[in-house]
Amino acid sequence: MIATLLGEAWQAMLANRLRTFLTALGITIGVAAVVLMVAIGQGTQQKVIGTINSMGANLLIVNSASARSGGVRSGMGGMPTLTLGDVAAIHELAPTLYASPISTGFVQLVYGPNNWNTSALGVNTEYLELRDWRVERGRSFSESDISSATRVVILGQKVVENLFDSEDPIGQVIRVKGQPFTVIGVLSQKGQSMDGRDQDDSIIVPVTTAQRQLLGGPFRTAVGMIMVQAESSASLNSLERQITELLRQRHHIREKAENDFGVTNMTSVAETASEVTGMLSLLLGAIASISLFVGGIGIMNIMLVSVTERTREIGIRMAIGADRRTILTQFLLESIIITVTGGVIGILLGAGLATAIGKLAEIPVHVTAQPILLAFGVSVAVGVFFGLYPARKASRLRPIEALRFQ
Amino acid sequence: MSAVIQLDALSKDYFTDAGAVSVLKGVSLTISRGEFVAIMGPSGSGKSTLMNILGCLDIPSGGAYRLDGTDIGTLPESELARLRGQVIGFVFQGFNLLPRMSLGNNVALPLVYQHVGKSERLTRAADMLSRVGLGHLVDSLPTRISGGQQQRVAIARALVTRPSLILADEPTGNLDSHTGREIMELFQRINREQGITLVLVTHDMSVARYAQRLVYLKDGVLAYDGPVAEFQGVTA
Repeated sequence: MIATLLGEAWQAMLANRLRTFLTALGITIGVAAVVLMVAIGQGTQQKVIGTINSMGANLLIVNSASARSGGVRSGMGGMPTLTLGDVAAIHELAPTLYASPISTGFVQLVYGPNNWNTSALGVNTEYLELRDWRVERGRSFSESDISSATRVVILGQKVVENLFDSEDPIGQVIRVKGQPFTVIGVLSQKGQSMDGRDQDDSIIVPVTTAQRQLLGGPFRTAVGMIMVQAESSASLNSLERQITELLRQRHHIREKAENDFGVTNMTSVAETASEVTGMLSLLLGAIASISLFVGGIGIMNIMLVSVTERTREIGIRMAIGADRRTILTQFLLESIIITVTGGVIGILLGAGLATAIGKLAEIPVHVTAQPILLAFGVSVAVGVFFGLYPARKASRLRPIEALRFQ
Repeated sequence: MSAVIQLDALSKDYFTDAGAVSVLKGVSLTISRGEFVAIMGPSGSGKSTLMNILGCLDIPSGGAYRLDGTDIGTLPESELARLRGQVIGFVFQGFNLLPRMSLGNNVALPLVYQHVGKSERLTRAADMLSRVGLGHLVDSLPTRISGGQQQRVAIARALVTRPSLILADEPTGNLDSHTGREIMELFQRINREQGITLVLVTHDMSVARYAQRLVYLKDGVLAYDGPVAEFQGVTA
């Protein structure tokens, strides 16, 4: 019975090809919009989370806080208050965790006829572990590089591109701020950081070397910030408290005085960012759903017209034995077939467009099964919801009146 | 012979803005199995209304209607639909075939609503079409054949469910007199050979003559009920 009704519904739609096509198009566009928008939303979310994760997992960042001098407050990291001693002390809290000082400054690099301006990071041996970053070629620092402040440098990919034409940089001597440094390694590709900087456009030197040779002024003895990695996300909060307490002690801060440093929990930053981009996904999907809804109204409109046009047919069917439920089923099936056909085409169109846009416009897109299944389910639901009223209307017709209809 | 149709003081009122209008005013009538009855009467006499009630397309306002022993008055719509499908076969003045469907599928359609399997449906439909002389047109569309042929298809569709009663409402009204005669002869043959009860509404005496019995309605009451041959007309 259902199979026969399906066949009949299919025939009815073929009889009105253009109308069926246009009606289904409304659903196709709606579903395609939902799939595409959600793909863009989720792509953005993934990219943001990926960027945050490229920082490294379970990180705390300790900054030198605004130091007061004569009522004028400079921003975070203005007056460096953190020292290598602080790094060592944090390390003693739990010897298994990673902690690295980071002092940064811009430096001019020269190699042969080429020169390049980039940021130099003064760090210790644990920095790369912490950042989940690798040395692709050559070697990393040794403890003795740190303790004796040797002039060795590890280059980011972008720096290698700009400084070296085709030769192997390992073992070459480049000038950093006019001083000779030996290249001992090249970093793997890392991509953009959270604030949009190209992390591959940087060099890494031992923190002690940076303090003595590259960064003048207060950074001769201090460090800009300390990056600490907790063992797990669960221990982050307690670690944050422990570090705050430790540094207050070491910096001799009195009971009610303000901290001269700040601790940022990168995981909570990541959570917030993920939440915000999740909202973005939802918002885009919601906006796209409006067009799906409008498509549904189109279905209802056409089905109402169809019921009116076919009043006589309904009368005939009732006269030869169709009961109300069968008539209802027949018209409901027609609207479901339209929405499902439109929906499937819409899914293919949306996924195809998302992939094409991802490739051509370099907008991050991520097509997942979930919105596709959802869109399919929604298009069936739209068919039932918007088809029910016209189908009911058809099934409620009185046979004699329907038969009299011209 | 058992009664297929049993009407007892049947009445039907319509409610319009101008008030209630009585269309049938107490019609009592019994039609036995195998009878061929013509219903006649001037316009407005209530014959169409009577036909609709007989066909379970409308329900009476008063009195009782028993179809094959079942009292129609209390049945829900789904049961009426079942009776229309199983007990009654309709033939309309305007043929009422579905224009997009092949003749075979048109004839098979009532069987769909009785949950008959596809292969059996098509066999029975093809068989029925050959019996009305159109076996070679199973795959044609209704719009491609003549009116007389369309009415034959409609008759095949009415017969395919093996009903106990065929109701024909002005079946020759849209046909020329020659084709009309052919259709009436077909009805006569069906009635004689298969013993199917036939009730026919017409305003044409020459059509009514194919029946055995004539029921003449006037102003909602029976004015004549007897053999066609003895009908002398009704005085005003």
